[in-house]
Amino acid sequence: MEAVIANRPVEVNEQGYLLDMNQWDKEIARGIALEEGIELTDRHFEVLNYLRKEQESGTALSIRRVGKSGVVDIKEFYALFPEGPLKKASRIAGIPKPASCI
Amino acid sequence: MKNLLILGAGSAGTMMANHLSKKMSLKSWNITIVDQFDKHYYQPGFLFLPFDVYKEQDVYRERTDYLPDNVNYVQKAIDIIKPEINQVVLADGTILKYDLLIIATGSQIAPGEVEGMQGSEWYKSVFDFYTFEGSRNLRDKLRGWKGGDMVIHITEMPIKCPVAPLEFAFLADWYFHEKGIRDKVNIYYVTPLDGAFTKPVASSKLGHLLEEKGINIVPDFAIAKVDNENKKIVSWDDKEVAFDLLVTIPTNMGDDVIAKSGMGDDLNFVPTNKHTLQSSNFENVFVIGDATNVPASKAGSVAHFQAEVLTDNILRYIEGEPLKEDFDGHANCFVETGYGKAMLIDFNYTTQPVPGNFPFAGVGPMKLLKENKVNHWGKLGFRWVYWNMLMKGYSIPFITAQMQKAGKELEEEKLETV
Repeated sequence: MEAVIANRPVEVNEQGYLLDMNQWDKEIARGIALEEGIELTDRHFEVLNYLRKEQESGTALSIRRVGKSGVVDIKEFYALFPEGPLKKASRIAGIPKPASCI
Repeated sequence: MKNLLILGAGSAGTMMANHLSKKMSLKSWNITIVDQFDKHYYQPGFLFLPFDVYKEQDVYRERTDYLPDNVNYVQKAIDIIKPEINQVVLADGTILKYDLLIIATGSQIAPGEVEGMQGSEWYKSVFDFYTFEGSRNLRDKLRGWKGGDMVIHITEMPIKCPVAPLEFAFLADWYFHEKGIRDKVNIYYVTPLDGAFTKPVASSKLGHLLEEKGINIVPDFAIAKVDNENKKIVSWDDKEVAFDLLVTIPTNMGDDVIAKSGMGDDLNFVPTNKHTLQSSNFENVFVIGDATNVPASKAGSVAHFQAEVLTDNILRYIEGEPLKEDFDGHANCFVETGYGKAMLIDFNYTTQPVPGNFPFAGVGPMKLLKENKVNHWGKLGFRWVYWNMLMKGYSIPFITAQMQKAGKELEEEKLETV
């Protein structure tokens, strides 16, 4: 379905995750973050860029592995994206929600 | 003579040996397959063993019984792969040179990745069921268990057979009911994801099952440690779930040899083209089954569909023809729901599991994303199909490597571009 984020039309799924990670930019990220109640700082963007890079290379993401990445530790990851950091950060990064097959 | 070397003789490696020994010219190619263990486990059986549905001898066969006679089988451990010089070194120092390499080394549990998981309660009140040993020990535990809090727990994705933990919860509900102690057991399903069902259609069609069966969901739980002393699991944001019996799915990782060879990602899975199954870094290396990093489910059916595509691509590679981008992420899995019923799901990279009929549109006899008894018979009958058809490299009639849209209730195309 189509949604308007940061005054731009983008394709999202039922839960508001971008369907095409190429439609993402910093303004879109700020718009989604606002819906999640988060104001993005440069530190947030360092994490978001890392998540996007991992997604592009096909690496599966988990909170434990984000914590081992050297980009951010788990405590800070929770502080930046409170309550369910991986699913929130994924949405703001414009990548699919971590999911199972069913 | 040229050498084709297959590492690992599990589901994927065995299927490739059978396909290629029939289709390659063995006058100019030697095929060798390496696996250190003599037993080939039927891993879907690990789900049934704890509940005494299968016996121990139902879940393994001698590995050599399923390997063709015209393939060399080397029963030794692998030390390291040296892809720059086309060599594999075995643990005893033997060097195997190859022209073409197929990596089928699978995935395994890594309980050591979480603090305390393999602690003092391991195989006392903390169990896995993804290994023969874990599954058998859990069976012995369940036989004498009088009830309490059973916590079924997923550490992190990806895991082999992502529906298995859910099936375990459903079968546990049934098992305790039959034993007459269901009222003495609380079942908790603890997941790092935002629910037991994470795809929109499955979530809306099947969400009711958990409530009906009295299974309590604890979502968004990212485990930090197992507290053995107080018998609880603790998350990074300090949530706690107490257990009397913890059935955990530890982190799943590719084989250690992949890490040692510098060929894997953070989880030792090998970067692989998700449509051709060629390794991303070495053109004469192909990867199949659980060993790859492709975003398909890690499941036997996936390995089966991949084997058909990879066989074609190996033959094309040898002839110098371009590879076909034919693997679409197709998976086809039974989901046991207890009380003699099961569901069937059929999906790929871009189509989520939806309702419908399978394999024949409008007819079935299997139902997609819906419980019935035919599906359950299908799951039990699958063990015969596994040993007698899949492992020997035969196709299953009417089921193609690529997912078919006919028979599926698809509302609209919802593609994720990543």
